[in-house]
This record gives sequence, C-alpha cells and structure tokens, in this order.
Amino acid sequence: MRYAYYPGCSLGRSAWPYEASTKAVSEALGLELEEVEDWNCCGASEYFSLNKTAAYALVARNLALAARQNGLKQLLAPCSMCYLNLRKTDHYMGKYPKLGKTTNAALAAGGLSYKPGSLEVRHLLDAVVNDVGLEAIAAKVTQPLAGLRVACYYGCLVVRPEFNGKSFDNPEYPTHLDQLMQALGAEVVDFPLKAHCCGGHMTQISADTAFELIRRLLHNADEYQADVIVTLCPMCQLNLDAYQSQVNRHFKTDYHIPVLYFTQMIGLAMGISPDALGIGSEFVSAGEALAKIGETIEAVPGGAPPRRKRDEKALPMPGQKGEA
Amino acid sequence: MSERIGVYVCHCGSNIAGVVDVEELSRWAGETLDDVVVSRDYKFMCSSLGQELIEDDIKKEGLTRVVVAACSPHLHERTFRRSCASAGMNPYLCQMASIREQVSWTTQDKAAALSKSKAMVAGAVERVKLHEALEPNQVPVNPNTLVVGGGIAGIQAALELADAGYQVHLVEREPSIGGHMAQFDKTFPTLDCAACILTPKMSDVGNHPNINLLSYSEVEEVTGYVGNFVARVRKKARYVKEADCTGCGICIDKCPKKVVDEVFEAGLGYRKAVYRPFPQAVPKFPVIDRESCIYFERGTCKACEKFCPTNAIDFEQQDTILDLEVGNIILATGYDLFDARKIPQYGYGRLANVYTSLEFERLCNASGPTEGKIVLRDGVTQPKSVAIIHCVGSRDKRHNPHCSAICCMSALKFGHLVTEKTGAEVYSFYIDMRPLHKGYEEFYDRLLEEGMHFIRGRVAEVTDADRQPGEEGKLIVQAEDTLLGMQRRIPVDMVILMAGLQPRRDAKDVSLRFGISCSMAGWFTERHPKLDPVATMTDGVFIAGTCQGPKDIPDTVSQGAAAAARVQGMIAVGSVEVEPVVATIHEERCSGCRICNNLCPFNAIEFLTDKAVSYINAALCKGCGTCVAACPAGAISGAHFSNEQIFAEISGLLYDVARGNGAKTPQPVEIPA
Amino acid sequence: MPNPGSNGSFQHRVIEATPGGEVLVTCLQCGTCGGSCPSGPDMDHTPRRLFAMIGAGMEDEVLRSNTPWYCVSCYYCMVRCPKEIPITDIMYTLKNMAVKAKLYDDSDAPDWSKSFIGYVENYGRSFELGLATRYHLTHKPLRKVGLGSFGLSMLGKGRLALRPDRIKGIEQLRAILDKAKELEAVQ
Repeated sequence: MRYAYYPGCSLGRSAWPYEASTKAVSEALGLELEEVEDWNCCGASEYFSLNKTAAYALVARNLALAARQNGLKQLLAPCSMCYLNLRKTDHYMGKYPKLGKTTNAALAAGGLSYKPGSLEVRHLLDAVVNDVGLEAIAAKVTQPLAGLRVACYYGCLVVRPEFNGKSFDNPEYPTHLDQLMQALGAEVVDFPLKAHCCGGHMTQISADTAFELIRRLLHNADEYQADVIVTLCPMCQLNLDAYQSQVNRHFKTDYHIPVLYFTQMIGLAMGISPDALGIGSEFVSAGEALAKIGETIEAVPGGAPPRRKRDEKALPMPGQKGEA
Repeated sequence: MSERIGVYVCHCGSNIAGVVDVEELSRWAGETLDDVVVSRDYKFMCSSLGQELIEDDIKKEGLTRVVVAACSPHLHERTFRRSCASAGMNPYLCQMASIREQVSWTTQDKAAALSKSKAMVAGAVERVKLHEALEPNQVPVNPNTLVVGGGIAGIQAALELADAGYQVHLVEREPSIGGHMAQFDKTFPTLDCAACILTPKMSDVGNHPNINLLSYSEVEEVTGYVGNFVARVRKKARYVKEADCTGCGICIDKCPKKVVDEVFEAGLGYRKAVYRPFPQAVPKFPVIDRESCIYFERGTCKACEKFCPTNAIDFEQQDTILDLEVGNIILATGYDLFDARKIPQYGYGRLANVYTSLEFERLCNASGPTEGKIVLRDGVTQPKSVAIIHCVGSRDKRHNPHCSAICCMSALKFGHLVTEKTGAEVYSFYIDMRPLHKGYEEFYDRLLEEGMHFIRGRVAEVTDADRQPGEEGKLIVQAEDTLLGMQRRIPVDMVILMAGLQPRRDAKDVSLRFGISCSMAGWFTERHPKLDPVATMTDGVFIAGTCQGPKDIPDTVSQGAAAAARVQGMIAVGSVEVEPVVATIHEERCSGCRICNNLCPFNAIEFLTDKAVSYINAALCKGCGTCVAACPAGAISGAHFSNEQIFAEISGLLYDVARGNGAKTPQPVEIPA
Repeated sequence: MPNPGSNGSFQHRVIEATPGGEVLVTCLQCGTCGGSCPSGPDMDHTPRRLFAMIGAGMEDEVLRSNTPWYCVSCYYCMVRCPKEIPITDIMYTLKNMAVKAKLYDDSDAPDWSKSFIGYVENYGRSFELGLATRYHLTHKPLRKVGLGSFGLSMLGKGRLALRPDRIKGIEQLRAILDKAKELEAVQ
C-alpha cells in the first residue's frame, strides 16, 4: 500500500523516535511511505491565530504538492496536529467555496493549485489499524507485550473535530489504539481521560494551566496503574514525557510513567531492537516498565467486572443481556 | 343553451386588492367573457354576506355556473360549494381561481398581477362551462373500531368508545396493556402513584364487555378504506391456554431460567422465561418467551407444565391470525426512549451509577427490582448525592432537535422522590425550566422549597477521573454554571439522565402499514398541527398520544378522548360521504395491462381476474390522476378533471394569445388530439 | 439564514470571518462549551459568555479577553455543541481580530505565535531552538531559569536541532503567503 507521507516538523527532531519507529515498522507492515517532496510546516495552531488566509494557504501548499506526486491518493500524517490541519484545509476548501477560491488564488502565486477532495488525509494510526488490519499485525507479533499495563492516550486532534459528522474513531471514547495494543498482547487499562487535552502549546503560554492539564492525565494513568502511556502525537508525547519532572516539582507528585509511541510498541512486539526504535531517548526512562514484558499480572483495574453470583443484589448494567 | 355564469372577485381585505385591481378585473370579466351574466367584486367573499351574494344571484339571476376568484381552494372551496348547494345548484358546478396564493402573494407588479388574474378567471370560466353535476357517494361506517396500542392513550380511547356502546378491538404488542405509564412510580405534579390511577382503567378494559382485548398481538396488514377497514392481526402464541389459566403464577415461581428484562424493567431487573410483565398485568395470563425458554432451546425442563395445576401450558400452541372488520382505526403506539449510549461523555453503559430516567422509575417503583429502594447499582448502597441531567438527546442537532416536553417535570419529580426516600442532596443541571401546565410552576416552587439545587448549565461530561481531593470514588459532573459564569465540578454518587422521547423504532413501518404519513424523525403526522391534532390525512385513521409527539399524561388522555369522540361522530352519522372526484376505468377500453395497478398511491386499483380488467375502488380513490395519465389505452377518465375540461381551462388561460384580430371573446386554441 | 444583526456589526464581522459561522446566532447559551473547556477555569470569560458578549456588541472587551489565547484547540466544545457552532474556529477568528486591533492585554500568546511564524516564513519549517530562545528571553526571562537545563536535555537527546532546515521552495512559499496576506487584507 502506497501513501504520500507528511512527517511534519517534529518528526525530524523533537520526535525523532516516532520517525525512526515508523520507518522501522512500516516496512514490516507493508506500508510504503513516500515523503511529500519539499513539504513545509503545517503552521500548527500558530498561523491560524494570526492570519486565516495565509494559514490555509500554508497548509494547502502541502496538499498541492502531495496531490501531484506520482498519482498518490492517500496522505498519511503521524502527527495529530498536522493531520488535523491537512484534513481541515482539504475539507473546508471544498465545503466553503469562497475559502477554496481564495486559497487557490494564493497557491496560484506559487504556481500551484489544489482541488479539494483529491486526497484522503488520514492519521498513521488509521492506516495501521484499518488498512493493515489487527489480524495481520497480531500474526507478526513474535514477542507479545504480555505483562505490560498500557494506558492508550489519543489526545484530541486525532478524533476531533468531526467533519460531515464523522471522524476516524469515536470523538469521546475512541478504541482503535486500545484494540491495537491488545493485538500486540498488552494489558490495556481503562483510561477515562484517553482523549482529553494535553494542553498543546500551553506550556509556553501559561505554565500553571499547562502543568495542571498534564498532571490530570498522569494522575489518572497512575490511578489505573499503567506501566506505560502509549501515544500517537509528538506534542502529547513531549508534554507528558519532557515536562513530567517539572509537573512533579510543581505539584510535589512523584510520577514515573514512561510515554512511548504506538509505533515503538509495535516494533517491540515484532522483535525490533529498542535502539532502532528510538527507545532510550525519552525523559522518563522506559527501561523499568519494559522489563515487565513477559511477567504475569493479576486483574487489571477497570477491566471486566467479575461474574455475577447467584443471589447477588447488584443490578444489571445496560446492554447486559442473557442469563443471570 | 348557453350557461349563465356568475363571477365573484374577492378583495380579501388588502391581501388581493393591494396588488390586483379587483374592480377592473370584475368589470373586465363581465364585459369581455362570453356567458358571464353577473360579475361582482366584494371585500370578503367568504363572509356570510359574501356567500349570500352568490346565493341571491343564483336564485334571482338563474345562474347555472359560479366562478369565485379568491384564495386557494384548500381553504374555501367547501364554503362556496356549500353556498351553491344551499341555493339549489350542484356544488360541483362552482370553480375557484386562486388569485391570492398564485397571484397577489407572489408579486408586487400590479400590471403583471392583473394580467395573470384575467387569464386565471378566463380559464376558470371556460372550464366551469364543462363541469358536470356530480353526486357524492355514501359508504357505510362499520361501528367497530380498532385501537392499536394499549398504553394510556389507547386505553382511554377504547374505554370511551366502549362506554358509548360500541365494540372496540384493542391490540397491544406486549403481554399486558399499560404502556410506559405502568413503568412509572409517581406522576407529576400531583405525585399520584401511576399504577394506582392506571390500574383501575386497565381493569375496566379487561372486564369491559365491549372491548376485545388482543394482547401479545400485532397488526400485520390493513386493507380497505374509511368505514370499511380489514385489519389482519397476528395473535402470538403465549404457550398458555387462556381458557384454563387461573393466573396463579406457580409456573413463574418454578421456572429455572432468569433473564434480564429489557422491556418493562428497562434492563434493570430480571424476569423468568415464563413471565408476567408486572403483578397487575392485564390480562393476567403469563407468556413463555420462546427465545429464553430452556424447552424451546434444548427440549428439556418443562417445569411450568409439570407444576401447572390446571394443565394450562401448551408448548404446541400456534400463532393465530384474525381478520378484524372495523370502520375506524386509532393509532396510539407511544414512544421509545433515546439511547443514552449515543452520548458517551455522560458515561451511560460504562459508569455503573449512571441511570436513565426510565431505569430510575423502576428503581423507585415498589414492584421494581429493588422494591422501591433508591440504591446504587450494587443494589445496596443509598446515594448521598444525586445529579439529574436535563436534555439528554433532546434540543441537540446531533440527535433530536426537539424538546421532549416532560423531562423538566420528571426531573422535579425525581428530585422530590430522592429527597423523600434518601435525604440525599439533589442537583439538577438544566438549560431552561419548562413547567408549562396547570400546577407545574407550583411544583417547581415546591422543589425549590424542598432544597433541590438548580444549576443552569448543560452538562459537558460525567467522569470518574478525579482531579482533586473529595472527588475520589465519586461521579463528577462537570458543567458551566452559566448564571455564575464559571465551570463547576460537582461530585455525586448517582447520575440520572433525562433521556429524550423519540418515535418508536418501527414508526416508519407502522405509518406505511396504516397508510398515514410521518415526519422525517418518525412522529405520526396530524392533519393540522393547530386545529386538527388527532386526525390524519387518511380518512378513518386517527392518532393519539406520544406517537404524534412528546407530551405529558393529561395531553395524552385528552388526545385519546378526542380521537374516540371523532370516531363516535363518524359512527353516529353512520355513513361517510366520499368525494366524487374519482377516476373510472372504462372496461371496454381496458386491455388488462395492469400498469395502473401499482401506480396508485392509495392502493385503490385492483385487477378483476374473471373479467381481465382493472377496477378502481371509488371509496379509496383520491382523484390524483396518476392512473389517468398513465393508461396507455386512455381507458381511464378522471371525474372533474377530464381532458376537455383541462383543455378548456388552458384555452381560457391563453385568452390574449388566442385573441388574434382583436376579438373580444377567447378563441379556443387548437390542441392536437 | 436570517440576517445576523446589521452588516458591519461586530457579531456580523465575526460570522463573516469564520467558515460556517452563521449558526452562531442560534446559540442557546447552554454552557456546554464553557463546561467542556480544559482551560476554562483560567479564562476571564467562558466561551459561552464571550458569545453573549459578541451578540451584545462588546467588541473591546471581547478582543481584550484572554479566552481565545487560552483555547487549547481541543475541539471538545465543537463536537458537543448542540447547535454545531464552530466554536474553535471562532476563537481563531477572535485571535486574528485581536492581533489586528492590537487589543490583547497579555501579549505572551500572540508573541509566541508571531515568533513561531517568523521562522516558518523564513525557513519553511519550524525551528524550536531559535523560537524558544527568542521568545523566552524576551518574555519574563527570570522566570525561565529551569528552561536552560531543559533545553540542554533536549539537545542531549537529539530532540532539538541546532540549526534550522530550509525548504527548497522557500521563494515559492513566500510568494504564496504574500498573496494570501494581500487577499486577507481586502476581506
């Protein structure tokens, strides 16, 4: 399966382990990723704050370049922010003709144009779970992640907002990443804040607000005894990982939960060496957590409730069918 | 002999006269058009005085035809036809030209308006010359009535008809009548026990000599027309012989198979494979649920049969099909509750102590799964704090845009019950408070006095992820308190979701089956939202209760009674006039191709196999003209819409085109045959 | 859609500048947005109140508010709003307007955005080291004491580039952006 690939600015540097692990596993998974020629920054949320037309034009240049590259129809982005910007620009250019016209007029100044709808913009997780398929991935697992309690953290932009009433997973309670981790053999803990915001760039605007947002996520993952938080966005990873010690200092807490990319987890399960996956460069070391792989653990908090006893007073949960 | 035509142009106040020069129009019609002997204009033709103008002229001037240029026939065709009839002229010899909806309400251009009005009047005059004096048909009305749905609406309708001396067939899908009201604990604002006020009516229904109660039954097909319907009903097998069953309930006690009761207990309690939905069920006979029964699954057990003292269990019982002949049908099929799992951020289905309104009713109900104790899902612990969330799935573009009418009041009721039974703190999260009817605002006042807390803010999420001390182990309701302008997190033990009312899942199928319309969402469509809420566009089929839209019990009962009154009116008259504007098939020209059979939107055309021709049932035919146009042999004619009449109208409309050499009268335009 | 206030009114301008913004007039003031917002407690006005203020024409107060700058673009409000109002997009519009009118009180957030974009327009890619240095040294530098060691750790883990990358088509990009700014100015 061939895809146009838009890495985004972080993958090159601050999230290089994400890029390294993506490259390492994509071959094994059969994903051919062709980097968009001479792509530019998507503008994150910054450009939209300053100048709407320029912001859409900035993103549209990438769409235009990708669309004319070797007849590719699918554009994959591993970073949720880039994913949103690309997807939103494509969608809005089609839905709001005035915006579409203005953006194309700007692109024309650079000798480019983009017809909205020419590309399908998808997040890397979407392609992995839906195109490769959980069964195919499970078949490639040589070192199941059994013994590891994993909290799947989606963040916001991979599932929100919805366009045309749809997004690739449920915007409040997504499950694709959970299913993927289960396919890799890990014990997935319930993590109610799985799609809550990490604060994005708030660390640069207001440390207090940002740290509180990060603390909530760490606290919740800790309550559910997660050994590792798995994520799919460089911003989320940076916030939860690089700022964890500052959060600890600020709130006098003592969290030590490593934060890894889902591609790194896939790689581990397929027997690829942690070095090749960029493991070891995180602020909160993953070594201790990963040593647990292969151990047996008891019941997972927030997992399936125990089987109801005969004369127990508890009332059935909704959707609980069949025999008492 | 030429006709003597009267033309009447209505001013309609300034509605028409403000744009159309009505005096000029009237003058022109009188002077220019052939056979027009009287031409007047008047401020309000539909007024008694206006009508008298027509009646007097018919008598004094010997008019043979009447044209009224005014509003749309939808509104006053009946009025002017009646005027003609009362003056001794056949009402079908009157024609209206709609110069309001089709002229004065479409333009501000006076010249164009006058020109078009002239054309329309000329068209009407030419047409009316070819009208025939039609006589309406009378069909008898069968005095029996079918009521579909045994909730409070259907019960009310059935009792009113039965008490008036008429036979009623009451068909109910579930094993017992009672509907949603039977599930409730108390009703607002009086806090009457729902069962206490409902069961007397249920009992009346069960014992009434004029009511044939068909429970555990469904209507599968309806044929016929007003006054003469045939409803095919499937009486599902209970596997219990009603003639022998005493209702002792030993079978229920001895049955070893317990399953979650999805329907009556709203999924919160259990029932056996052989069961009665609730103790006061009418009829009293239990039902064996084939899908849960061990015998049907594996061929063993049969405990019920072994222990039944009167040998009333019959595993061989079959469904029975009944054909009921009735004159009128009342649909009272009720509502379904919005599935709160569609709003995942409220936690229903994931967080144990989040309940829907219907589940909470069962919790409070003395014959419910906890015998009326308000407890958490562990079945034991009493809550110390309860949050009630309004507008779940209502007033929401993503789910249901409508307001469900009863949730605000139910929320107040729940608040009271919680306070009374547990003393817990109650927090109601609302967008608007809607206590609309008699005693409702006072009930709101009462709850304010009882100390219920009201926070104006639509809840953003219900979560178990604690953020600060005091929240651990609780359900935290997060919302903006809009009156304070700040976000608040309230930790509670239990959350009740006021889930919205929706049409039944199969409402669209049911509407098709009975030949009525329903909205996009599935609410049955009333004939007029203000002036005719219980009739439908299909003569003989009425609607009552929440199947027409969300409403409370008083309104539901009112509608049930109103529908029954309408039916009683039909029965009292004994026959129904069927409009003669129908299509007729000329047998000698019909080749039996049957193209028309499936085109008829009213299923009015059948094929007579012995004669090998098609036949139109005049009582079902609505005169739409589809078959007339489709017949390749031209074998069908539509009364009051013959080719000649239509061509005449066209030539009248084109009067100024056909005028040619300044001729005063319209020349007929050559239309190719 | 019925006319959302007279032409030229603040509310009308906000709606015009936001794709799909016409539905703002159907706001119920239910408070779901304010209730969902992760940084809501730190905003001087909740999003909901801001919309009431927009409807009341309080342009000055709205554009001085810190609300749009504290928006983390999580889009929770947008997926939950019962009227499907594009709230996050409206926040971006308000940021644009506040920058143009120079009406924000606390300049940290706009300055951060401006620094970020400065690099993007020069190189076509973002450059965190330059961005962080330039921004933090000019904004409350004394509070950023710990930042230096943080930066060094990032460098040590190879997660911070020392020099910016530049795309080949930087001239093309500049031409596009200049044209875009020209078009924006006439709107």
